[in-house]
Amino acid sequence: MTNFRTPKRQVRGLGSAKSGVHHFITQRVSALALIILVPLFCWGLAAHNVSDYDSARAWFGSATGAIVTLIALTAAFYHMRLGLQTVIEDYIEKPATKMALLVLNTLLAAGLWLATLYSVLKLAA
Amino acid sequence: MVQLTLPKGSEVKKGKTWPKPEGAKKTRTFKIYRYDPEGGGNPTWDTYQVDLERCGPMVLDALLFIKNEIDSTLAFRRSCREGICGSCSMNIGGRNTIACTSGIDEYNGTITIAPLPHQPVVKDLIPDLTQFYAQHAEMKPYLITDSPTPEKEWRQSIEDREKLDGLYECIMCASCSTACPSYWWNGDKYMGPAALLHAYRWIVDSRDEATGERLDDLEDPFKLYRCHTIMNCAQVCPKGLNPAEAIASIKGLMVERQS
Repeated sequence: MTNFRTPKRQVRGLGSAKSGVHHFITQRVSALALIILVPLFCWGLAAHNVSDYDSARAWFGSATGAIVTLIALTAAFYHMRLGLQTVIEDYIEKPATKMALLVLNTLLAAGLWLATLYSVLKLAA
Repeated sequence: MVQLTLPKGSEVKKGKTWPKPEGAKKTRTFKIYRYDPEGGGNPTWDTYQVDLERCGPMVLDALLFIKNEIDSTLAFRRSCREGICGSCSMNIGGRNTIACTSGIDEYNGTITIAPLPHQPVVKDLIPDLTQFYAQHAEMKPYLITDSPTPEKEWRQSIEDREKLDGLYECIMCASCSTACPSYWWNGDKYMGPAALLHAYRWIVDSRDEATGERLDDLEDPFKLYRCHTIMNCAQVCPKGLNPAEAIASIKGLMVERQS
């Protein structure tokens, strides 16, 4: 249906949001961090033979284990949030649905991060 | 949102198969997208046999043969026939390119030709590129200066001039932008590879004095950052340019001015 807007009006839209560079930088920095942190986290699990509650408690309860786990999973959830945000922005056009999913994405990442924090602190206690 | 199903009336049906030209010995089959908005029906794939002995070597020659000798109702754009005007851009053999510099012998078997993807179709192989041109114009593709205009030309070092190589050659055929999924899904807000390549051509121009303003205008999650560097643009560019690299350079400057 004709909307009687000029092509220039449509292209300009709401103008530049003057943002995006922060997302770009943090997504790449977190990705670089994860290149080191994910193998380190996996090494921690393997090297300390984490297979049951006691071995988990021993590793996650140690200062090194707790710190490696918290840093790795913080970076992972942060990166996941940024990446999913991109996917939602790419594929969801309807503003209300997009907004709801973006909020949900943030809450999901925050929830997973809090659960991780609680679990590690409980094991370390 | 991404449309997983075609809108009503856009499914391409089987069309007319035209008879082989009389006396033709060496022929090549072309399957061509046909759509006439005034006809009211769905688009169709029409099949033509082109007599290679009476036709030039390029795909554009074959289209001209079809229009002149077989079916004069076939509509397509063309002008320079030597890869400089960008008019005859279309999707040939599943890949965006320009028909005039694509050799028939570069393709195997039946050659399928469709309009550039994901643009409104005016007729047959002619897409409506109004938005594409508006996006280009929005990049202000001209020198912007505040300093008094010199008596002669704006001067530029040889090194600075070389920075424009690989950028100024763009012929605006729209092959890149219409090959980009981000442009398909968000073409109303994402400027697309062609417009961003032109933007960078002026951002990097040592004579231009509006670099900051140009970057300001592009610093947006959609206008610029929908590019995820999948490189379709560079893959299809018939001039061998690399819009993805230009976009990456713009992103690099965005980071640089933060620190």
